[in-house]
Amino acid sequence: MTDYSSIEIPLSQKDQAIDLASNVWKRFRRHRGAIAGAIIFAVLVTATILSFLSPYDPEKSSLKDKFQAPSATHLLGTDALGRDMLTRILYGGRISLSVGGIAVAISLLIGVPIGALAGYYGGRVDAILMRITDAFLSLPSFLVLILLAAILREVDIPLFKRSSVITISFVIGILSWMTFSRLVRAAFLTLREMDYVSASRALGASDSRIMLGHILPNGIGVVIVEATLQLGYAIIQEAGLSFLGFGIQQPTPSWGNLINTAQDHFIKYPWLAIFPGLMIFLTIISVNYIGDGLRDAFDPYKVLETVGEYT
Amino acid sequence: MATYILRRLLQTIGLLFLLSIILFALVNVAPGGPLSAFGGRRIRPEKIEILKRQFGLDKPLPVQYIYWLAGNDWTQVDSDGDGVQDSPGTRKGILRGDFGFSYRTREPVLEEIGLRLPNTITLMSITMIVALVIAIPIGIFSAIKQYSAFDFFATTFSFAGQAIPEFWLGLLLILIFYAWLKNPVTGEPLLPPGGMYSLEDGFSLSDRISHLVLPVLTGALSWIAWYSRFLRSSLLEILPQNFLRSARARGLSEQRVIYKHALSNALIPIVTLLALDLPYIFTGAVLIETIFAWPGMGRLYYQAAVERDYPLLMAVLIIGAAFIILSNLLADVLYAYLDPRVRYE
Repeated sequence: MTDYSSIEIPLSQKDQAIDLASNVWKRFRRHRGAIAGAIIFAVLVTATILSFLSPYDPEKSSLKDKFQAPSATHLLGTDALGRDMLTRILYGGRISLSVGGIAVAISLLIGVPIGALAGYYGGRVDAILMRITDAFLSLPSFLVLILLAAILREVDIPLFKRSSVITISFVIGILSWMTFSRLVRAAFLTLREMDYVSASRALGASDSRIMLGHILPNGIGVVIVEATLQLGYAIIQEAGLSFLGFGIQQPTPSWGNLINTAQDHFIKYPWLAIFPGLMIFLTIISVNYIGDGLRDAFDPYKVLETVGEYT
Repeated sequence: MATYILRRLLQTIGLLFLLSIILFALVNVAPGGPLSAFGGRRIRPEKIEILKRQFGLDKPLPVQYIYWLAGNDWTQVDSDGDGVQDSPGTRKGILRGDFGFSYRTREPVLEEIGLRLPNTITLMSITMIVALVIAIPIGIFSAIKQYSAFDFFATTFSFAGQAIPEFWLGLLLILIFYAWLKNPVTGEPLLPPGGMYSLEDGFSLSDRISHLVLPVLTGALSWIAWYSRFLRSSLLEILPQNFLRSARARGLSEQRVIYKHALSNALIPIVTLLALDLPYIFTGAVLIETIFAWPGMGRLYYQAAVERDYPLLMAVLIIGAAFIILSNLLADVLYAYLDPRVRYE
C-alpha cells in the first residue's frame, strides 16, 4: 500500500486558503492608482496630525506680516491677518478630515442598522424603514444642510454649542446615511437566503447573532467601499458649508472657510485661495482612487490581471 | 403601467405630506423662530405677545401646521393681537399656492421665487446641456478606444473632475479669465467675474453669453467628469455583446453599429440618471450663484438662510422636495418605457 501520509503536495498560490483581509490587500496592492492614492492620503493625514509641530500659531494675527507671498519663512504665504497659511491649512485639514470622518461614522451608525433590519426581516419592517429612507432621500440635501447648520448653531444643546465640528458632522451624517441603508438592505436580502443562515437558524442562533456574525461580515465589502467614497463626499459638503459661512466658524480654520476668507483678496493674492482648494482636491482624488481600488479588490468577479496559465 | 403611475403618485403625495410635517417641525423648533426677524430692536414683552397672537404663533403647532397648509381664511383669527378672534384670516395656505410673505421683504414668497427662478433655470439647464454635449463624445471615444492614450487621459480627467470643489474651481476660473488673461483687442478683462448682464441699456446676446461662460464651465465640469465615465462603463458593458457581433456580420458599418445600436442601449441608464439629476437645476445652484453673483434661486435661498427668512426657506425646500420626488417617478417611468425588459416586474 502506498503511504499517502508522507506525500507532500505544495499548495499553489491559488489553492492556499486566505482570509478576506489578506485577499483584499493582495488585490488592492496591484491597483497602481489606489496605492498612489493611499500614499498621498497617508501623507496628508500625517501632515495634519503633525500640524502642532509648526512654529506658527494658526489663530494669532500679526498684522505686520500680512499678505506675504510664499517664501522660505512662510512656505505658503500669509493671509490678511499675517497668519502663516501652511499652518492654517494643516490645522484646517485636521478639522475638515475630522468632520468627514465623524460624519461617515454617524452615517454608518444610522444607515447600516436600518438597512440590516429592513433586509433581514422584510415585510412591514422593511416597508416602514424604506419609507423613511425615501423621505430623507427626497430632501434637497445641500439646502437642508444649510438650514440645519444655521438652526443648530443657535439651539441650546450644550454638545452642539461647544463644538461646531460635532454640529457639522452630525448634520452631514444624518443626511447621508441613506446610501448605506439601501446598500446594506440589498446585501442582506441576498445573503439571508444563504444556506449557512438556514443552518445557523436550525442550530438555534438568535437573529442578532446571524445578522452580526454571518450576514454582515459577508456584506461588508460594499459598505467599506461606499464609506471611503462617502468620506470624500462629506469633506466636500463641509467645505461647501464652511465656504458659505454656515460651517466651521472663524477663527477656527477649515479648508472651506479658508477659501471663504480668501474671496475678498484672492485676485491680488491668489495663493490664499489656491492652496486650501488644492488640499481639498488632493484629498478627494486620493480617497476616490482608494475607493476605486477597494471596489476592484472586493469584487469577486473581477479578474485583475491575466497572468500565465490563468489567462 | 397606468396603475403603476397612479400608485406612485399617491405615494408621492403621502411622502410630500410627511416631508412637509418634518420641515415644518424643524423650522418651528428653531429658537430663532419666526419672530427673530424682528429681533435686534428692543421690543417690550407685551408687544411681542401681541405680535405672537397676530401671527398666530400662540396656537399649538399642529394648528399652525394646518393654517400653513390650508390657510386661515376659513376661520377667525386675531388680527389685532388683543386675544379676541375677531376677523377671518387672510392666508390661503400652500395647498392653494399661498406660501406666505417673506420676512425680509414682505413680498409674497412665490413672487420672490418667481422672479429668480427663470435665471436659475437658464443657468442650470445650459450647464446640463453643455455638460452632455461634451461628456457624450468623450464617453463614446473612451469606450471605443479603450486603453488608448485618449482613454487614459479621459479617465484621469474624470477622476480629477469629480474631486475639484465647485467653489474653488469658480474662483480659479475667475482668477484666470478675469484677473490674468486680457482681451487681446481691448486690453480689458476677458470675461466678467459675475452678474448676469452688464448694466447697459439693451439686450446684447454676446454680453449675456460672456456672463454665462464662467458659471456654466464651473458647474459643468463635475457633470462632464461623471457622465463621461458612466457612459464609458455603460458602453463597455454593451460593446462585447452578441447582438452587435450579429449586426456586424450582417454587414452594417461600424459607424451604424456603434452609434445606432450600441449607443441607444448604453444611453438608457444615462437618461435615467439625468432624470434623477433634474432637481439639481432647482436645488444645486447655491454655490455657483453665490460666487458669480447670479441673481437666481440659489442665491435667494442663501440670503434667506442668513437672515432666517423661514417662509422663503420652507417654500424652496418644499418645492425642491416635490421636484425630487416627481423626478424619481419620471426616472422610473422613463426607464420602464425605454427598456422593455424591466416592464413586467
